Amino acid sequence: MEFINQNLDTFYFIALCLFLGIEVIANVPAILHTPLMSGANAISGVILIGAIIIMLKVEPTDYLSLTLGGLAVLLGTLNIAGGFFVTGRMLAMFSTKKK
Amino acid sequence: MAAFIDAGYFVATLTFVGGLKFLSSPAKAKSGNILAAIGMTLAVGLTFYSALTNALPAINMMIILGAIGIGTVVGKLMSSRVEMTGMPQLVSLFNAMGGGCAMLLGIIEGQQVGVSSLPLNVQLLLAGGLVIGAASLTGSMVAYFKLAGKLKDNRNRALIYMARTSLVLILGLLIAFSFGLLPMSFVNLIYILAFLSLLYGVLFVWPIGGADMPVVISLLNSLTGVATALAGLVYANKIMIAGGIFVGAAGLLLTLLMCKAMNRSLLKVLAGTFAKGKVAAGEAEEIHIKETSSAETAMQLAFAQKVAIVPGYGLAVAQAQHACGQLQKILEERGVELHYIIHPVAGRMPGHMNVLLAEANINYDFLKEMDEVNDEMDQYDLVVIVGANDVVNPSAENDENSPVYGMPIIRAYQSKQVVVIKRGMSTGYAGVENTLFGADNCNLLFGDAKATLQDLVGQLKLI
Repeated sequence: MEFINQNLDTFYFIALCLFLGIEVIANVPAILHTPLMSGANAISGVILIGAIIIMLKVEPTDYLSLTLGGLAVLLGTLNIAGGFFVTGRMLAMFSTKKK
Repeated sequence: MAAFIDAGYFVATLTFVGGLKFLSSPAKAKSGNILAAIGMTLAVGLTFYSALTNALPAINMMIILGAIGIGTVVGKLMSSRVEMTGMPQLVSLFNAMGGGCAMLLGIIEGQQVGVSSLPLNVQLLLAGGLVIGAASLTGSMVAYFKLAGKLKDNRNRALIYMARTSLVLILGLLIAFSFGLLPMSFVNLIYILAFLSLLYGVLFVWPIGGADMPVVISLLNSLTGVATALAGLVYANKIMIAGGIFVGAAGLLLTLLMCKAMNRSLLKVLAGTFAKGKVAAGEAEEIHIKETSSAETAMQLAFAQKVAIVPGYGLAVAQAQHACGQLQKILEERGVELHYIIHPVAGRMPGHMNVLLAEANINYDFLKEMDEVNDEMDQYDLVVIVGANDVVNPSAENDENSPVYGMPIIRAYQSKQVVVIKRGMSTGYAGVENTLFGADNCNLLFGDAKATLQDLVGQLKLI
């Protein structure tokens, strides 16, 4: 019970985000499914923030953790940059022939 | 200072919601992508800034900056070089990287001293994020190799049993650990879990058929979101929680929409099984097919008024979208109206056909969704089916014994004439005979989708 009480705000937050995530894309037309998936994929790259936070805690002499942390930052950035660029490229194609 | 950063995170979270919202509307999709990207840059920038103000060691800072720099340049290069047909596997690859990032976070955190003093719930969140991230990493890699054609389907039952065993082991270890029954340190648990989860990702995706990959990628994308949210809970970082859950929820909804359109239950996709029809192969009705030539088809096209193309998986594989564009142009010059009727799950991803056809500069207005035109199919003088099969199989509507029964289809059989461009007489992905091929108004044109379409264009120029 104590655990629930302490984390009540978090539970509310999670539940609301869950509904919002479903509602916000509920009316997506099929033609946008691929760009939407790609865009959502880029947003999940927000895990990069976790990688930066962890680099703050790693000792500058702990070379193993530094390497792994650097790799984590690299992978997170690739996920974000690649995801947004590729989504942009797909969407650019949609708009060119709308003129 | 902290308030300033929190406010920035809040704004960034709003851009994610707005970005997703805009991405699901055709007119605003482009700005949605840019909005979310700006929000992401803001969030990452603020995090880096707050790390700087918290005495980030110089070496660590250089590594972060270097990795972000390299990641941005490489990500940009990868996305600008890919062919439009290779888009789905690239999304899968980027997803694998997000999963890899989540896994590494769990491993590094596990190695840090003093982790055993963390509360049990935080340890479990860490382990959960690690498990999901690792499975998503290898699962996405397998999906990537399958879509790139470098890995064949493997329906070996042993793989499925091994996948289940490793999943049970992972869950068992987590449960045993949470009750304090495991005589091992947290860091060792992390290593074992990482190994099992990496293995599970491979075993789980390998037996699933190539045509089901869209569903799998969407699901893995959703899972990476969950891993992000779990990591966010560890760091009590609201933007990670929110971003992760948005992606998790939206990805899951998208997965279910795809399953629904394919008339497949998610469980069946995941089990890698496909129900075989109740009719044994020998008892199936003999189908008499009529073959046609490209010259004849070109003639039919030239003298039709309203024509439709139903594109499918085969068109994507043959990269025949530009040939479609040429056909469009030449028919337009002759005053023939050409529509594209797109089944919700045509291609390798929902909407994949639209992206491909857009690449070939085909006007938006000529792309029709299945529901838009299904009631007026008899207005089409000719329907050309390019590399699609199950999505036009009339058995889905009139044969209760068929495995595809109940799946929404494009009613091509109701149009005046049908021409099916096929490489051979193989069945579609569902492994079912297509009764359309035996219909009176249907002719088959054997050949590769791209070569045949180009041939048609050539013939039309002569007429």
